[in-house]
Amino acid sequence: MRRVVITGAGTVNPLGFDVASTFEAFREGRCGIGPLEIKDVDRLSIQIGGQIKGYDESAHFNRQQLALYDRFTQFALLAARQAIGESGLTFSGELADQSGVVLGTSGGGLNTQDENYRAVYEEGKNRVHPFIVPRLMNNAAASHVSIECNLRGPTFTVATACASSNHAMGQAFNMVRSGMSKVMITGGSEAMLCFGGIKAWEGLRVMSKDACRPFSATRNGMVQGEGAAVFVFEDYEHAKARGAEIICEVVGFAMSSDASDIVTPSKQGAARAIAGAVRDAGVSSDQVGYINAHGTGTAANDKTECAAVADVFGAHADQLMISSTKSMHGHLIGGTGAVELLACVMAVRDGIVAPTIGYEEPDPECTLDVVPNVAREADVDVALSNAFAFGGLNAVIALRKF
Amino acid sequence: MSVKEQVIEIIAEQAMLEPSDVKMDHTLEDLGIDSLGLVESIFAIEESFDITVPFNANDPSASDFDISSVAAIIAAVDKLKSEQSN
Repeated sequence: MRRVVITGAGTVNPLGFDVASTFEAFREGRCGIGPLEIKDVDRLSIQIGGQIKGYDESAHFNRQQLALYDRFTQFALLAARQAIGESGLTFSGELADQSGVVLGTSGGGLNTQDENYRAVYEEGKNRVHPFIVPRLMNNAAASHVSIECNLRGPTFTVATACASSNHAMGQAFNMVRSGMSKVMITGGSEAMLCFGGIKAWEGLRVMSKDACRPFSATRNGMVQGEGAAVFVFEDYEHAKARGAEIICEVVGFAMSSDASDIVTPSKQGAARAIAGAVRDAGVSSDQVGYINAHGTGTAANDKTECAAVADVFGAHADQLMISSTKSMHGHLIGGTGAVELLACVMAVRDGIVAPTIGYEEPDPECTLDVVPNVAREADVDVALSNAFAFGGLNAVIALRKF
Repeated sequence: MSVKEQVIEIIAEQAMLEPSDVKMDHTLEDLGIDSLGLVESIFAIEESFDITVPFNANDPSASDFDISSVAAIIAAVDKLKSEQSN
C-alpha cells in the first residue's frame, strides 16, 4: 500500500474565499451565518444560512462558462484551482491519465433546477435554456474540474447526502493508496441555498431560526450553508520525488451503514465508522487528539455522536477535543465534510483547534471537550472528521501530522 | 367533521389504527407514533386546517404546541384555529 499525502487545498465557503481566510475565521471563532439574501425569502420560515456573500461570478468565469456552470460547479472549480495551484502540479501525458476527480455533492445543480422549475411552472414559460441538463447534473462539477485541469483518469461524483464529501475523499484516498491513481482531486461542493432547497429542509422541522449551537443545551437545530473545499491527494513517493510541500498525510478511512432508520442516527453505526477509521489508520485510539464532529446542532445528532465517541475511545474520550465548525459555516450538506477537513488540516499542521462557537450551556448528554467558543493551541498527531448522513450512511476520515 | 374528528383521523392514519381505537388520553407514544410520524402528523394538521403549527423537532416540549395527549393536540389545534382564523 502506498502512503497518501495532501499537497494542495482550496475552498470557497461562508468564512472566506480561500484556505488562509478560512483558517483565520476558525482561529477567531468567527460566524459566517447571517440573513439569507435569496428570492422569495419572505415565504420561508427559516431565513438564515451560511451564505457566501460578496461573490461575483463574472469576476471568475466568462459568459460561455456561466451558461454551463451552476453555482455548485463554480465553487468546486474555484476551490480546485486553488488546490492544484498550491500543489504545483500540471497534468499532461501519463500523469494526466493516472489522475482523476472524485467530488461529493448532494443537491448538484439545485439552483438551476429551482430557477427553471420556477420559469416553467410559475412564470408559465414553455422553453428553457438548452444547457439546463448539463448544468444541473450532479457530476457537472467533477467533470468541469476534469476538463479544466486535464485530469483524464477516474472521475465521478458521490452523493450520500451529508456524508457525500467524506465518501468521495475516502474513495480518492483508497484509489491513491492502492496505486490505481497517482493523484486524485477530491472534496465536495454544495449550493442549496435557494427557495426550494430551504423549503424542503423546513419540512423536517429540524432547522434553527437563529443560530447553529452544536452540543450546547440551548441548541435548537441546524443551519444550512454553501460552498466547496477541494484537496490534492497525492502518492507520497510521487510528491517526494518532485519535492512537493506536504501539508499532512491521509492515513485512514472507514464507512458503515446504520441499516436502521432513514433519518434517526444510530450510535452503533457511527461508532463502527469511527473505530474503523482509527483501525484503518493503524494508530492507537489515544493518538487521536481532535475530532471534527458531524455536530449538526440537532438534538438527535449531537447526543448520539457524543455517545458514539465515548464508546469508541473509552477514557480517552475525555482527553481528546471534538468541535463542530458547522457553528461557523453552517451545514454544507454534500460539501460539508470537505470544508470540515480543513479544520483537521489546521489542527495537525498548525496545532490550532477550531472552536464550537455559539456554545452557551453544557448539556449532560454532550459532556466531551467541545472546545467551546475559543480556538485552542494543541499538538495534534491524528485528527478525525466525522460525517453521518440521512439514510444512515457514515464516513470517517483520518489525517495525520506529517 | 369536527376538529376533534379530523385530528383523530389524522392521528389514526399515522398510527395505522381505526379512529375508534384512538382514545383522548392516549399519548403519541402509546399509539406508536415516532418523531417522524409526529412531524408528518403536524404537516397534515397544518394542511387540513390551514394553520401554522409552531413546532421544532429538536425540542418538542419547548414548542408552544402541546402534544402530550390526543386531547391536548385537539385543544391546541382549536386554539390555533381561533388565533389564526383571520
